[in-house]
Amino acid sequence: MSNYLKDRENQILTKGTDSAEISCEKKSLAGSVSQRACVFCGSRVVLYPIADALHVIHGPVGCASYTWDIRGSLSSGPQLHRLSFTTDLKERDVVFGGEKKLYHALIDLIDKHQPKAAFVFSTCIIGVIGDDVEAVCRQVTKEKGIDVIPVMSEGFNGTKKDGYKIACGALSKLVGTNNDYEAPKYSINILGDFNLAGELWILAEYYKKLGVEIISCMTGDGRVEQIRRAHKASLNVVQCSGSIMHLAKEMKEKYDIPFMKVSYFGIEDMSEALYEVAKFFKDDEMLAKARELVTNEISKLLPALQPYRQKLEGKKAAIYVGGAFKAISLVKALRLLGMKTVVVGSQTGNAEDYKLLKDLCDEGTIIVDDSNPNELSEFVKLTGANLFIGGVKERPIAHKLGLGFCDHNHERKEALAGYVGMMNFAKEVYASVTSPVWKFVK
Amino acid sequence: MFELNSVPKAKENYKATQNACKLCSPLGASVAFKGFKGCVPLIHGSQGCATYIRRYLISHYKEPIDIASSNFTEDATIFGGDENFKLAVLNIINQYKPEIIGIASTCLSETIGDDVSLFVHSFLEKHPEIDTDFVMASTPSYQGTHIDGFHEAVSGVVKSYAKKGPSQEHVNLFPGFVSTEDLRLLKEIMADFSLEDIMMPDYSESLDNPVWDTYHRIPEGGTSKEDVVKSGSAKASIEFGTILNRGKLSGRVKSKQLSRTGAQFLKNEMDVPLVNMPMPIGITQTDAFFEELKTLSGNDIPEKYTKQRGRLVDAYVDAHKYTFGKKAVVYGEEDFVVAMAAFLDEIGIELALVATGGESGILEEEIKKYCPENKDKVVVREGYDFESIREWSLENKPDILIGHSKGYYIARELNIPIVRVGFPVHDRVGGQRIKHLGYSGTQELFDKVVNALIEHKQSNSPVGYKYM
Repeated sequence: MSNYLKDRENQILTKGTDSAEISCEKKSLAGSVSQRACVFCGSRVVLYPIADALHVIHGPVGCASYTWDIRGSLSSGPQLHRLSFTTDLKERDVVFGGEKKLYHALIDLIDKHQPKAAFVFSTCIIGVIGDDVEAVCRQVTKEKGIDVIPVMSEGFNGTKKDGYKIACGALSKLVGTNNDYEAPKYSINILGDFNLAGELWILAEYYKKLGVEIISCMTGDGRVEQIRRAHKASLNVVQCSGSIMHLAKEMKEKYDIPFMKVSYFGIEDMSEALYEVAKFFKDDEMLAKARELVTNEISKLLPALQPYRQKLEGKKAAIYVGGAFKAISLVKALRLLGMKTVVVGSQTGNAEDYKLLKDLCDEGTIIVDDSNPNELSEFVKLTGANLFIGGVKERPIAHKLGLGFCDHNHERKEALAGYVGMMNFAKEVYASVTSPVWKFVK
Repeated sequence: MFELNSVPKAKENYKATQNACKLCSPLGASVAFKGFKGCVPLIHGSQGCATYIRRYLISHYKEPIDIASSNFTEDATIFGGDENFKLAVLNIINQYKPEIIGIASTCLSETIGDDVSLFVHSFLEKHPEIDTDFVMASTPSYQGTHIDGFHEAVSGVVKSYAKKGPSQEHVNLFPGFVSTEDLRLLKEIMADFSLEDIMMPDYSESLDNPVWDTYHRIPEGGTSKEDVVKSGSAKASIEFGTILNRGKLSGRVKSKQLSRTGAQFLKNEMDVPLVNMPMPIGITQTDAFFEELKTLSGNDIPEKYTKQRGRLVDAYVDAHKYTFGKKAVVYGEEDFVVAMAAFLDEIGIELALVATGGESGILEEEIKKYCPENKDKVVVREGYDFESIREWSLENKPDILIGHSKGYYIARELNIPIVRVGFPVHDRVGGQRIKHLGYSGTQELFDKVVNALIEHKQSNSPVGYKYM
């Protein structure tokens, strides 16, 4: 690899050609047009789906405007999370401090919306002007009787991943605050599902069939009260491990709740998740139910996928997503459709994720950490990919160069998790890759 | 340390902004920088600023939009962003080989007091081999809105390149923040008048590309710096917008002096005559624009446009009953809502509420000036957010919403139509291609407004009418 920024060369490797380990978990290189956002973004996306909490962004207007109703995280009840609240600081506030504005804004918003808790996000400038956000939060907590939790997520203070950690810290302030709850025998928390396009509801249905109760989901379709009693669960089932592993580890230490990493994308990983949970509870009946469910679903799904597989066999895909764990599932799901992954990368993967990816992928696959439009466009050209899987920022790169595209990010409207999700995924990939419009692009 | 007893009674401006009807300044600067040839925008701040703004713009333009970031670290924040800045610049030059790097500052870099021009100076001293130009825009997000960033960037470019010279035949056009289709239309109009134009900015190509064979690190198009040099010897400048960057003063304490727009700079420093007018939406304002072009070119209005105008008048007449007295809420950027309101005013729409997130202090005055039919009863609100628009609408029951796509949720709640105009349009294709200006743009808007009202009536009627 020689066409890329020198300081980024060790974040790109080709399986079979480069023997070194990939370098990752680094700050983005200045001037590289990273697809990542910032610390604030990391915290904001994790906490965003908690639907009965107030999410207030303390800073000038931009950070709130760009994150208003940004994720497709659905709620079965309150919709408070879909509103955007900001102290909208002006120059005079920057000079004289924004604490009073924040205080009054919080009092006013809590009176108006009656949230169950409030999260107050600090943006870049707060870290510089020295507002005592924690003190304001304490004061409002005292006055209003709800938890007002500071989320010190100044954008410059690390990477998006550090923002995840800060969000986990905020969640852990709620976890364990309600002890008046008796958990059912088989109960879990789902960590790291954000109920995009209602995916949590699909999973909940599966777990229900197994006889497993979900005490809380962090944070999809999230509710403050459920998070408070999350420590009563027997097991934490962790998806999107990059964003929420810190919390799983903390709950292990603090409450002795074990955790397991799963993925709900693709047949293999979805089935594996259900079996693992059933095995954890060491209940034969549950395991039998899991087998029945899986057999049932697969016997319907495999024949239904067949026509799509016939059309997609041999096509090549590029994957660039936020978390590397999801990328791993996608490689497998694509294989089920007869497709080969030729480029795979993520914004926030760690060494372990990339090792798994390297083991899983075929020779010649390009693996990349924290990439940018220039690299991604070169990779897809170099490998002759037919499909790109990514988010909003990757879509125009794919389309401009004449590749199909599948949105696997926050804004997706089609559920991609579970068995039904695999079907949706096949349909979406098929619709994009085999569309007649590409003949005009060549 | 925060102490409660130091807190005065809540004031109006201590309320939170709920669903803001504005964006931050570096976004506008990034769009404007994209309108100059070979320019790569660099946002001097945290990585998120650039990424969020890219995402927001991409969702509207459906184009790859590369905006670099100096990617502040904690160290940079404490010790200054000099090193990060220099590294960013080098990496941009290596990757993009830009003619210009357009630097937009942020709340963070401005607050810690980074002196970007000093950084550039010392960078160039160290790297004399580099021939990339640097243009700066001061765009802290605590000052004004994205519109102020837009004007700041345009004026930054003009100040960097324009050269005074004997007046020539070409005309400068400062279109403001309009769509790529609007820009193409303006170029066509200028050409039809046989006027050579220098459009600042011109992102008609760079933000609306055809498909590509290979990735274009810097998309084609944009006004060249050679042209901007010539802007100092233009016959005149036409600048759309009468409010421009006046919102930038809101909440200011340090300096109450307003920076000049590109056109104002050319007038004051290089004696280029300035014609300032609202964006030409509607017949009245388009007439004014065409009169100006007639004067500047010495040519009659081409028949193509008199016919367009005639058809538009004909359409106004055919459909006047459908629009008359309908209560509209119009929202968006200040100069845009002035032009849109002026158009709606002339088709008999009742301007129930005209709202903006901007805070120029003169919106009401401007609306009343250009909306004679509505001037006595129109409600004009500055510094408004969508929650306020929503509450107002729930109480006052308008018939239609006219503005960008972020107001959709209000239209949905009220079960009234929304006509999507301006920026952003995130929930439809073709937002970047909406034509607003001139007789032909007005024609399209008019048809949309009328049809939205008809469709609403049709859909909500127990009778399935098959005619109007």
